[in-house]
Amino acid sequence: MSGHDSKYFSTTKKGEIPELKDELNSQYKDKKKDAVKKVIAAMTVGKDVSSLFTDVVNCMQTENLELKKLVYLYLINYAKSQPDLAILAVNTFVKDSQDPNPLIRALAVRTMGCIRVDKITEYLCDPLQRCLKDDDPYVRKTAAICVAKLYDINAELVEDRGFLDTLKDLISDNNPMVVANAVAALAEIQESSSRPIFEVTSHTLSKLLTALNECTEWGQVFILDALSKYKAADAREAENIVERVTPRLQHANCAVVLSAVKMILQQMELIISTDVVRNLCKKMAPPLVTLLSAEPEIQYVALRNINLIVQKRPTILAHEIKVFFCKYNDPIYVKMEKLEIMIKLASDRNIDQVLLEFKEYATEVDVDFVRKAVRAIGRCAIKLERAAERCISVLLELIKIKVNYVVQEAIIVIKDIFRRYPNTYESIIATLCESLDTLDEPEAKASMIWIIGEYAERIDNADELLESFLESFPEEPPLVQLQLLTATVKLFLKKPTEGPQQMIQVVLNNATVETDNPDLRDRAYIYWRLLSTDPEAAKDVVLAEKPVISDDSNQLDSSLLDELLANIATLASVYHKPPDAFVTRAKSAVQRPEEEEYPDGSETGYSETPSHATDAVPSASGSASAAPTRQVPVSPPPAAAPVPDLLGDLIGLDGALVPVEEPMTPSRPPLPVLLPASTGQGLQISAQLVRRDGQIFYSMLFENNSQVPLDGFMIQFNKNTFGLAPSSPLQVPQLLPGSSAMALLPMAMFQHVFSGPPSTLLQVAIKNNQQPVWYFNDKLSLHIFFTEDGKMERANFLETWKSLPDSNEISKDFPTHVIKSMDATIEHLAASNVFFIAKRRNMNQEVLYLSAKGPRGIPFLIEITAVVGTPGVKCAVKTPNPEMVPLFFEGVDALLK
Amino acid sequence: MAGAASALFLLDIKGRVLVWRDYRGDVSAVQAERFFTKLIEKDGDPESQNPVVYDNGVTYMFIQHNNVYLMIASRQNCNASSLLLFLHRVVDVFKHYFEELEEESLRDNFVVVYELLDEMMDFGYPQYTEAKILSEFIKTDAYRMEVTQRPPMAVTNAVSWRSEGIRYKKNEVFLDVVESVNILVNSNGQIIRSDVVGALKMRTYLSGMPECKLGLNDRVLLEAQGRSTKGKAIDLDDIKFHQCVRLARFENDRTISFIPPDGSFDLMTYRLSTQVKPLIWVEAQVERHSRSRIELMVKARSQFKERSTATNVEIELPVPSDATNPNIRTSMGSASYAPENDALLWKIKSFPGGKEYMLRAEFSLPSITAEEATPEKKAPIRVKFEIPYFTVSGIQVRYLKIIEKSGYQALPWVRYITMAGEYELRLI
Repeated sequence: MSGHDSKYFSTTKKGEIPELKDELNSQYKDKKKDAVKKVIAAMTVGKDVSSLFTDVVNCMQTENLELKKLVYLYLINYAKSQPDLAILAVNTFVKDSQDPNPLIRALAVRTMGCIRVDKITEYLCDPLQRCLKDDDPYVRKTAAICVAKLYDINAELVEDRGFLDTLKDLISDNNPMVVANAVAALAEIQESSSRPIFEVTSHTLSKLLTALNECTEWGQVFILDALSKYKAADAREAENIVERVTPRLQHANCAVVLSAVKMILQQMELIISTDVVRNLCKKMAPPLVTLLSAEPEIQYVALRNINLIVQKRPTILAHEIKVFFCKYNDPIYVKMEKLEIMIKLASDRNIDQVLLEFKEYATEVDVDFVRKAVRAIGRCAIKLERAAERCISVLLELIKIKVNYVVQEAIIVIKDIFRRYPNTYESIIATLCESLDTLDEPEAKASMIWIIGEYAERIDNADELLESFLESFPEEPPLVQLQLLTATVKLFLKKPTEGPQQMIQVVLNNATVETDNPDLRDRAYIYWRLLSTDPEAAKDVVLAEKPVISDDSNQLDSSLLDELLANIATLASVYHKPPDAFVTRAKSAVQRPEEEEYPDGSETGYSETPSHATDAVPSASGSASAAPTRQVPVSPPPAAAPVPDLLGDLIGLDGALVPVEEPMTPSRPPLPVLLPASTGQGLQISAQLVRRDGQIFYSMLFENNSQVPLDGFMIQFNKNTFGLAPSSPLQVPQLLPGSSAMALLPMAMFQHVFSGPPSTLLQVAIKNNQQPVWYFNDKLSLHIFFTEDGKMERANFLETWKSLPDSNEISKDFPTHVIKSMDATIEHLAASNVFFIAKRRNMNQEVLYLSAKGPRGIPFLIEITAVVGTPGVKCAVKTPNPEMVPLFFEGVDALLK
Repeated sequence: MAGAASALFLLDIKGRVLVWRDYRGDVSAVQAERFFTKLIEKDGDPESQNPVVYDNGVTYMFIQHNNVYLMIASRQNCNASSLLLFLHRVVDVFKHYFEELEEESLRDNFVVVYELLDEMMDFGYPQYTEAKILSEFIKTDAYRMEVTQRPPMAVTNAVSWRSEGIRYKKNEVFLDVVESVNILVNSNGQIIRSDVVGALKMRTYLSGMPECKLGLNDRVLLEAQGRSTKGKAIDLDDIKFHQCVRLARFENDRTISFIPPDGSFDLMTYRLSTQVKPLIWVEAQVERHSRSRIELMVKARSQFKERSTATNVEIELPVPSDATNPNIRTSMGSASYAPENDALLWKIKSFPGGKEYMLRAEFSLPSITAEEATPEKKAPIRVKFEIPYFTVSGIQVRYLKIIEKSGYQALPWVRYITMAGEYELRLI
């Protein structure tokens, strides 16, 4: 059944468009049809054939279904660019929607819904109304989806015309396919609406569960996904639901199986009987295992989900670890995920077998996989105390193979094992030292140096070993330099003999005078001071006992885990991130094509390096692969130093050495922490919008508490109400571990304006070269936007106040705020560009009149009423743009605090 | 959780758009193309190979078939498993239409491709992927003559996989029970994983709307019916059914009842994780004589009953990539060196049960080796074979009843075969 359509692509002469025009207007049907095919072919290869709009639309009235479909396809593509001409098509659409052939009726409604032109949309309502009640289920199922399309274009219209009720009626339709599509449409509408539109009741639940047995596999997925949100009233209902869903586990379609698993897991939360739960776990295991025989892409999704499921219910697959052993031909992304799950399922019972596997993987060819396998051995050692020794012996065997990157990776994990089990396995240090000179990766080198420093007293030639590194000190990367510094100090404190004494001189000299790295210099100075003032205190600090690290291979916190489990099979479960971390809000996400051509490179954004952003962003396996190792604070945190007189100096040093773009006066309150170090893998970001000299800045503080230097910071803001976006790239110098940097990012307004209702939400994404992208939310306080020229003349104020209708006056009480002194308040407000106009006394109340000018020059006329010294402030505001008032009050709230 | 695809792209091997269908108007072809071409340029980075990737607010999910990428873009938290599986089904549908899905066949049929994309997915929601039924109302040029008056009932029916009014002169059903043995043996000779994946592959040539009922020697069913199960009944670990099988009924009383699609389909698949003795055992000894010569001594043994015979046995033995001058002797079958796969391929046409065959091979190696020896790719020994008239599980079709209202007699033909699936023995 092969076609020969490729011939339509071949006419690419200059006079193409006029030629096509002639052919489109030909009286011969075949020629006409061929011409339309040529047009579509041109459209397919990306040529602009929109100029033929009228001619193509003229071909629309035809008996030929194929031709009609092609014209419709053309319309979907170009109606947007020719909205005025698109109206020409409306008549035919409306006529087609009443055609005796249900295929054509459905086609007309389906296509109309795809044309995002207001004029067409208006005419869609009547045909849609009819088609929703069509006799033919094929038309009804198409119309059901069309309601969601229309809602996406014009939600109000859908609500006004009562389509939602008709759609809800379709849940009781006698045709299962119609039911499934109605559910999909309703679920989508619900997602973008704040009102309850589609709530599954126990009545609809039972209806949908019945439909489940009869609808197509895809329809089953829609229904199961919608039902997984249903909260059963009690354990009994939950058990009933589960009973009706379990047969789906036998479906050949993996998506149906995963959605059924999701639903069962949700209901299991309510089931109390441990027998039932155990039984369900037993029932779910085989289908989950079978998912691993699916296509590799599906396996990948399944594995990401299984990763979540075993975190919540480890028993389900506790005995199935073998099915996660890697096959030779598994794609690398499947192997990586399997490894992750193997670590999670590793236990004292199966560790021998698991270690054999890891060892096998560690001798494969794919370097990333090999490294991950070596790390996996280390993680198992940390996780399973009783197996630690066996893990170490496997690592030692691997070191003996002398493959460079295996050795380096092994040393990194052995350092962690030493942290986890101090004073247990030091006998192997001699073996480690043999491969000293093969180390060339900073992390491995740093780990080895840490080991030497930490166990200096047991290594006879520790000084020689360290000395061999010292020669190249200036050329080493910062990570290694810092370790060398600390290790030398440790050595000196443990063996205060002549050799180490000389070494410490060299190191301190190198690390203070000879370096430009502020981090290194800071640390060196602290050591220097410590050593010269009080060597005993230095011992307490530098050789302090370190907190024991633990395994974090179950790293997701339980609330996130629960949220992700509710999202099984979806992208959230693949990324291991909540949906709002990557979906730019259901509604605002729907951008129209023309806006959506990204403002390339206009800001710091990822648009220039999209590929780069990819591997970092929701970082499918990235976050998971961040092994426990990274959190090991290798040197004692200086802040814990019990030497008080040093601290004052420390802060001074800090301020002098850290690149600060804006002098930080200590009196200014600290910036609010938006990304705590615990979520940012050690990176902490505090930030706030500030206004300086009529310009808005994003004042930020970056603190690197991780163990790696971070660089290449970039920032991007999501669309927001005031279209706030950086006007120049973010400049943050490389952040060494333990250091911090301030940045003052100039902002411009109305760059990418979010067109929805005004909101204070400001979503920020920050990335660097080492970590995944971090997302956090900040608040847009309206008072930041008040301009310096917001002061009104009294007369002008009165006039404006009178000219605005009373409906524009909105007031709000702030019952807890106290105004202590009117003058101080006036001064305080003036600092935020809210200007005093007049004041009067009414009984014991003070009434203040103020003015401010917001973004786009919107004036705010303000009346504040309060009794001085008594809680309770009333604020009334009049403005031509009342939709901004909620934001305004939030700003006032902040200002009066 | 609602979420749907924004657009579906068919891209060539370099990531350029061949055909695409925009469902929601929020991801442009330019944007997707720009992202995807960059992505496939930098292979090697393991994360860039994930089939689900995120970029700039858009998630891309893709699969590859021949020289074509099929990719879905979405801006929502859509159901990843459903959409990826949908892409595989799209491949099946295209294959049904164009015999093979590749760049050329897409170009040659772009009109039908557009029609199909319009019918299979609406507003980003998968709708209908039954190739056989689709071809009843979306036709390629040669068959376009008659005007289709309505969509086939099947599209919206509860029985969405079969049209009414099918007629055959001779009503027949062919049922093949195919079991694939997957096995993984580690370098110590320990079996670390073994399972059997079975499939009941059906080809039906039946008139009307036949009601079928299949009886297996399933222990649970037999016990439920109070029949004796001595020795003959089997336990199936996980059973998956084609969508035509009534799952609720199976859950209730283990009856497998269905109205089959027309033509060939997989009625059910099952898995057995009980340890099975490897049907063909291969032992290889590799000896490196000096630096320039390597010798392989391989023993292959069939470990099944003598009355069965394995056919088309192929044993793929990995050899070093720089090996030359093969010198091979076998006690049975023929062996050839396949340097493109770094392997020696030993083929034995017929391998009866309880037999043992030998192979000896010698290769020359270059006497100079690179100083920094990168680890050799450690491929396992892989074995392929088929054993007709035999199943590992012992599964038996007890009956296949076919009832149609016209009352015709239909004869089922049942065949059994076992073959190697992923059959890997790691070398020392």
